[in-house]
Amino acid sequence: MKRSLFVLLSLLILGSMAIAACGPATTPTAAPQTQAPAPATQAPPASTAPAQPATKTVTIGFTSSQTGSLNVESTRQYHGLQLWMDQVNKAGGVKLADGTVVTFKAQTYDDESNTDRVQQLYTKLATEDNADFLISPYSSGLAAAAAVIAQQYNKIMITTGAADDSTYQKGYTLVYQAYTPASHYLTGALDLLAKTDPSAKKIAVAYSTDSFSTSVVNALKTYATSKGYNIVLFEGYDPATTDFSALINKIQAAAPDAVMGGGHFQDGSTFAKQLFEKKIGAKFVALLVAPPEDQFSQLGDAALGVVGPSQWEPQVSFTQDSAQKAGLTWYGPTGADFTSTYKAAFNEDPTYHSAGGYAAGLILQKAIEDAGSLDTTAVAAALDKMDILTFYGHIKFDTSAANHGLQIGHEMVYVQWQKDSSGNLVKQIVWPAEGATAPLLYPIP
Amino acid sequence: MGNLFIASLIDGLLIGFVYGIAAMGLSLIWGVMNVINLAHAPIMALAMFGVYLLFVSLNLNPYIALILIALIGLIGGVIIYYIAIHRVLSAPPLSTLLATYAVNMIMIGLGTAAFSTTPRNVNFTLGSIGSGDLTVQGTRLVAAIVATVVTGALYFFLYRTRPGKNIRAVANNRAAAELMGIPSSRVLALSFGLGTLLAAVAGGLIATFFPFTILAGNAYQLKSFVIVVLGGLGNPIGSLLGGLILGVMEGVIPIFMPNSWVPVLEFILFVIILLVRPTGLFGAKK
Repeated sequence: MKRSLFVLLSLLILGSMAIAACGPATTPTAAPQTQAPAPATQAPPASTAPAQPATKTVTIGFTSSQTGSLNVESTRQYHGLQLWMDQVNKAGGVKLADGTVVTFKAQTYDDESNTDRVQQLYTKLATEDNADFLISPYSSGLAAAAAVIAQQYNKIMITTGAADDSTYQKGYTLVYQAYTPASHYLTGALDLLAKTDPSAKKIAVAYSTDSFSTSVVNALKTYATSKGYNIVLFEGYDPATTDFSALINKIQAAAPDAVMGGGHFQDGSTFAKQLFEKKIGAKFVALLVAPPEDQFSQLGDAALGVVGPSQWEPQVSFTQDSAQKAGLTWYGPTGADFTSTYKAAFNEDPTYHSAGGYAAGLILQKAIEDAGSLDTTAVAAALDKMDILTFYGHIKFDTSAANHGLQIGHEMVYVQWQKDSSGNLVKQIVWPAEGATAPLLYPIP
Repeated sequence: MGNLFIASLIDGLLIGFVYGIAAMGLSLIWGVMNVINLAHAPIMALAMFGVYLLFVSLNLNPYIALILIALIGLIGGVIIYYIAIHRVLSAPPLSTLLATYAVNMIMIGLGTAAFSTTPRNVNFTLGSIGSGDLTVQGTRLVAAIVATVVTGALYFFLYRTRPGKNIRAVANNRAAAELMGIPSSRVLALSFGLGTLLAAVAGGLIATFFPFTILAGNAYQLKSFVIVVLGGLGNPIGSLLGGLILGVMEGVIPIFMPNSWVPVLEFILFVIILLVRPTGLFGAKK
């Protein structure tokens, strides 16, 4: 009796846990706004005093992962966006063609790193909060969930932290990507390896099975095969994996020259740590997302030599001159200005997630300025025509029906953790060669 | 292939010891008082945070911190027993289940408020032993040793000390034990405390090699249910063996198929054991 009761209750618990895992966890909480909301007002008619321009406050809706596994990257992205909004508002906002001055306010919630919450919250942002424009949550999976809502409710959404190509191949017309697409994330790492050691031909690919990482490694596999590389292992792992020992044993048995893959910060940093502890002996390790984060250096020697693709680094220097040379319009602050104001505001170094958050705001600002209105069709037309250079890099969108909104201007850089003369870990740019701050540390010691 | 198999087997066994000790706490509480402790998961998670905070703020060695956390686990378990379990122990089993579930929700809620669900990592390493394919992480080796020592100590306590014998007496026949003058309430409280101590030790050990959040205990609690059924209900040593089996499965299965198949096969085994041998592979307390 006692035993059958246990069995019954165990099954009940397992079932309820499975249901709970599929459902939303908690009620959303509105995060503090960066600026107090101000209703749209019309300036009084000119009589004796000079006319004041009409003002309008535009609501930018987005969620961030204040909790959950995407917290690290998402918080950086939120900070970047917050900084852009504070700066544009302090500078007096954006002037429209009819003279109305637009300032911005944020309406934001915690999405708990959860796709289900994203769909609920973006619907709320579009319908109840009446957000004028949307910015995506962090990560391709969450952004894909938000993109459906944006298109459905006719809201323009700038995605950042959302590299997966597939989101922009679904026929959406109002979703625009700030990041270099996932299909370009690790191909440069392969070019770097080919240039450094043409004899290294065996590659093991271990990746998180989320949509972004899968998209990256599928493109990598195609590219590597076309270049004559031998993929000795190609295996996915659950994004929540903490124990990689079984997978690492398989990598070790395959004796690759290089290990590539990863996913996001949490799994990527754990994977790197366990690769180091298991002494796998690969000469080259390139992982997604985690290496460019400053927190990655907390792994100590396990971080040494690990390469990671980055959308932007503070050392990357795009200037008005480089815009002129490239025949592009320069827009926004310089990289040095962004870095110093970001550090002052948040007491941390900006990462590419921070820069991506800021760039998303900047892209929207430029589009509103070019359109001279807040009308969705006019702003979308301005985004379609956009071809600018910012501190973050070149911004241009694909306007074809098959890939509408896909980023086609921006390029990746590759960083590697190396030791300076004092033995401290420092992040160096190792690719592309013309922007490198140090040669590649190869093979990994 | 041979080295790969041996390396995977060793890794599986090492993590299996930790799974076993986590399941042992669940099994002990069920065996003594017929309570399914759903607060097992947050206790493990809070123990992870305890080790983390002591390591980060006081720079305390995680294994020293583990001793403190184990003691806090014991005392915390006794307190939970008196507050949430004692009054409903004689009520229908669903009451104790709901009581521990309520404790679970309270602890998760407080833990989330205090720590958020941001992943944490105890930045501690003991290096590695061995070379080439056969490399074992130091923290996992120590975790397996600690788990073995704790299991031995538990058995010594249960079979060689008076309070331990009292626990076994109450587990066998509470009414008879009370007639013999054994203070059953105190014994039950101690048993619950020992169960939470084991959960805390497991959580603390896991924190030395895996990252975690306040929700991290759920995965190990789920594994603990499988292990308890596998090893035999109410049989602590069976739990340890069940943990080793599960660990070996997790280590070895990925050699032959993608590792995403591991949980599928684990739960297929769970259902088969329930259907074919509900007493578990290693028998159970009569």
